[in-house]
Amino acid sequence: MIGGFTKRLGRELNDLKSNPAVGISVFQADDFRIWLIDIKVMDDNPIYVGKKFRLQFRFAPTYPIEAPEVQFVASYGIEIPMHPHIYSNGHICLDVLGSGWSPVQTVASVSMSIQSMLAGNDRNERPPDDARYVAHAPISPKNTRFVYHDDSV
Amino acid sequence: MSDASDDYDDDYGPGSDDGFGYESYEGSDYGDDGNDGFDDVKPESMKLKPYEVAYEVLSVGDIQRQQDKLIEQVASILGLSNQNAMSLLLFFKWNNDRLLEQYTEDPEGVLKKAGISIDDNEEFLYELKPVPGFFCDICCEDRKGLLTFALECGHRYCADCYRQYTTQKIVDEGESRNLTCAADCPVVMNDKSIQKIVEPAVYERYKTLLHRTFVLDNEHLIWCPAPNCEYAVKCDDVSAKDLTSVVPTVTCKCNHKFCFGCGLPDHQPSICALVSKWIKKCEDDSETANWISAHTKECPKCRATIEKNGGCNHMTCRKCKYEFCWICIGNWSEHGTSWYNCSRYDEKSGVDARDSQAKSRASLERYLHYYNRYANHEQSAKLDKDIFVRTEKKMTQLQSTSGMSWIEVQYLAQASAALQECRQTLKWTYAFAFYLERNNDTHIFEDNQQDLELAVENLSSLFGKPIQELAEIKVQVMDRTAYCNRRRENLLSDTAKGLAEGRWKYQVQIK
Repeated sequence: MIGGFTKRLGRELNDLKSNPAVGISVFQADDFRIWLIDIKVMDDNPIYVGKKFRLQFRFAPTYPIEAPEVQFVASYGIEIPMHPHIYSNGHICLDVLGSGWSPVQTVASVSMSIQSMLAGNDRNERPPDDARYVAHAPISPKNTRFVYHDDSV
Repeated sequence: MSDASDDYDDDYGPGSDDGFGYESYEGSDYGDDGNDGFDDVKPESMKLKPYEVAYEVLSVGDIQRQQDKLIEQVASILGLSNQNAMSLLLFFKWNNDRLLEQYTEDPEGVLKKAGISIDDNEEFLYELKPVPGFFCDICCEDRKGLLTFALECGHRYCADCYRQYTTQKIVDEGESRNLTCAADCPVVMNDKSIQKIVEPAVYERYKTLLHRTFVLDNEHLIWCPAPNCEYAVKCDDVSAKDLTSVVPTVTCKCNHKFCFGCGLPDHQPSICALVSKWIKKCEDDSETANWISAHTKECPKCRATIEKNGGCNHMTCRKCKYEFCWICIGNWSEHGTSWYNCSRYDEKSGVDARDSQAKSRASLERYLHYYNRYANHEQSAKLDKDIFVRTEKKMTQLQSTSGMSWIEVQYLAQASAALQECRQTLKWTYAFAFYLERNNDTHIFEDNQQDLELAVENLSSLFGKPIQELAEIKVQVMDRTAYCNRRRENLLSDTAKGLAEGRWKYQVQIK
């Protein structure tokens, strides 16, 4: 299965490059451990219009049986998007990244889920417990037992 | 294995022969081979005492049989296969009443929610087979002859991926009830499909997890809390709401005696709610409180605790800046000109302050009264373990010095066991009494308590005698042992009756 993991990621990378979804592009994918994916929100949502955000995917050899570790990262000119389910350290509270993961999910499908999560949001704010969470958050968001508050946002 | 129950009875020790019906044998088959012939056997002598509850001890095999029985029951009522009945029961957390109710209302809806797809014609085989032109969406493998696997929903992946997926769910996530198809699809993996796909060891693990949830989901079942004990105890007559009127004490086949309601070691006659209050209180207070009581006073204004470690009697509270006299706790300004020489013992503020302080001291003293006795019996119970070891030695010595046979020296083992049990009971009578309101019933309780205390100390005093004397006082030891057991029985019976009648009034609120 170790071979299967690189084979699968190689194929996903090909698909991402040859057949990219609108607003989703590979920024960096030099190996099969960490990828950086840039996403844009395509409609004219005033919170995100004209901005680009960067997602970091970390893969373990257990991928895709286990979910990758996904979070937003800030960089020069790139910030963590404002969203009631995105903490200011980049951690994302989204069920497909945890209990809702299934091996048929892909980097592309996860990116699109997050993209639509942003597009559907009209609240320019952080989660209510942001300060507390960020102060004590584990390094990996996968070690947080998120309670998926509600799926409407 | 039909003699397993007898083994247990012998292990129990004192009293088991005079009809201490410590467990119900009804419907329990201790063997591993499903011996249902004993279902209706219930000896006369097994009649329960007021403080006992009916229960049975279940082995893993028994638990499996209970599950099978439920599954078959549901399958025959609803006309489903055993597999589907089991999946439904898992979905409803083994609550078959709710299952039947909801299923009869809306069978399709329930099946869909539970992720069960029913093929009317034939049983699904969950074959591992190669499929021509197959491509695995998980690992992107498309080798020829690759074995594949799918559930009823037809989401087909290679067998390796499916195996890894299922194994990870079972071993890493401890999932047993809600294992679904590897795709985003609600179809559940049933027992048969799991057995087909995973290694035997993982399947074993899955079964263990199933048994665990079966017991946890059922309010009439509890695992024996003793380390490494694999038995569960079933108690049909007791549910959570009964715990204010009964103390359901059970003894596992491993000999561990514990409370069915809260899992703590035997705490008769105290009810669970009082036990948890008492334990919490003991953690908060105890010796620290004792020292504080002896060495400090409280600021009469802000109640800050103050230790006076030198200096004069003119105290200024660090916290609230209140000035008072250490001797009389009165306001310093009322001392007038008699500074530093407190002769004004009747100041009103001083009297009030002393009153309220006396009250808090009195309540502390009351607590310590009960706590010391409780702790004393706890300590003695620990020492009893040593006594028991020594008793065994004495018994062998006695056999060689007095020429008594093994059976003739068993009175010592019985006396030792009685001591341990009575001390355990006595310990909890003090926690119980602490919370009791003062009234006539409480007096009766305390009389019973005192009788038992006396009986225990009388027996205990005989125990320390040198070996040569032990043989001579055999009859005395046996008498006192029997008396101890009888006193304990009386106390527990009376308390249990009181609980059932709601006779006891507590100083605290019980939920």
